[in-house]
Amino acid sequence: MVASTFADAFRFMPSHFSLLLEKAAQTAELAFAALAIALLIALPLGLWLGHRHRGLLLALSASSLGRSLPSVVLIGLGIAILGVGFWNNAMALVVLAIAPILTNTYFAVEGVDSDAVEAARGMGLTETQILTRVELPLGLPLLLAGLRIAAVFVIATATIAGIFGGGGLGDIMARQVTYGLGGVFAAAIWVAGLALLTAAALALAQRAASRRTAPRA
Amino acid sequence: MTGFRLADGGGPVIPNYGEPSACLRHNGWFCTDWIHEHWGDTLQPALIQHIQLTLIAVGIGFVIAFGLALVALRFGFLDPPLGVFTDFLYMIPSLALFQLLVPLSGLTVTTVEIALVSYTLFILYRNIVVGLRSVPPDVLESARGMGLTRRQTFLRVELPLAMPAILSGLRIAIVATISIATVAAFLIQDGLGAPIFDAIGTPDLFKTELLAAGGLAILLALTADLLLAFAQRALTPWNRLR
Repeated sequence: MVASTFADAFRFMPSHFSLLLEKAAQTAELAFAALAIALLIALPLGLWLGHRHRGLLLALSASSLGRSLPSVVLIGLGIAILGVGFWNNAMALVVLAIAPILTNTYFAVEGVDSDAVEAARGMGLTETQILTRVELPLGLPLLLAGLRIAAVFVIATATIAGIFGGGGLGDIMARQVTYGLGGVFAAAIWVAGLALLTAAALALAQRAASRRTAPRA
Repeated sequence: MTGFRLADGGGPVIPNYGEPSACLRHNGWFCTDWIHEHWGDTLQPALIQHIQLTLIAVGIGFVIAFGLALVALRFGFLDPPLGVFTDFLYMIPSLALFQLLVPLSGLTVTTVEIALVSYTLFILYRNIVVGLRSVPPDVLESARGMGLTRRQTFLRVELPLAMPAILSGLRIAIVATISIATVAAFLIQDGLGAPIFDAIGTPDLFKTELLAAGGLAILLALTADLLLAFAQRALTPWNRLR
């Protein structure tokens, strides 16, 4: 039974290649739009709070709250407020992505060795310079780790949108009657692939960033 | 897959209960009369089912993850493949995993539990391994020097020192499971996902049921998170500052 589903999935991939590609593009569009909006909100806030060493409670409760919001509930509320479509799903995903980005950014900047920050301050660097030249480079690995967690989580959760007519690879997963179990499995493999590719891209970015900052540090 | 429950009054129109209130007729956001009327037959049972789903999944997941972690610590070469295996389980989207298990175990709670357990493994396994491994070697050395047996060292030194990581893993796993368990209603009428899916599936989207059941799911997760945060503090008094 399992083996035949596996075989079906690998037959489904070439026969429905253009469908999978189209749906994967929809999932990627939705996930990346949500991530971009979440970054715009959470990154400046996390950097600022971390730099000022304020808002520990906010950072901690953001992560608790973010974890506690079931995606099904958020997407349902999105539909109730905005109707079925791209933006209600994007809104739900933005809310989910903010938590890990905000918390990790906060702890990335807040956790930078205070001796390094004091030394920079003693050398006459302004607060902005301290943030961009000392705290950001040193905190970058943790910050990017948060982004990676958020990205993988958002891509996997974007499929839930398919249940409620949100399109994307979740659309195939929610319609076993049409595409068969092989199709469901094929779509799942593509989602995992998309998540892996994104995580790998962010890991590469992380390595490139740390190489660029290394001589200065 | 989740049928509409018209017979037992799951929708906004309740023909057998007399006139619906103005709030229900306008599909209001929070019609207290509906909540009063359906607390006993819809919301409370769903909440209890949800708690059961979560506790069983995390309980079984914890036992398996603990066993795997002990194996990985004893035979170090097994750690990378076990880590990759639990990672892989976590990457299968829940919507797909629930369906993929149906041919094996049918449209049952067992199917849902297997999927939920497999998601907890990723979080719990990592945290238990990291926690047990973070015990400094000189601490182990001095425990041995004090004449503790291997078993005593594990129970009195390694386990307490690994407790913060294990508890934070449990906390994340429980909250995540509460969230993922709502997706289970795509398969079977069980847990808080059932009224949530019903509400979304109702023509016009039944807002009161969505908000009541969804609110309960969020409250349950927040309560669990808070309780475990207190447990973390109580059980690791030496770790208060963080």
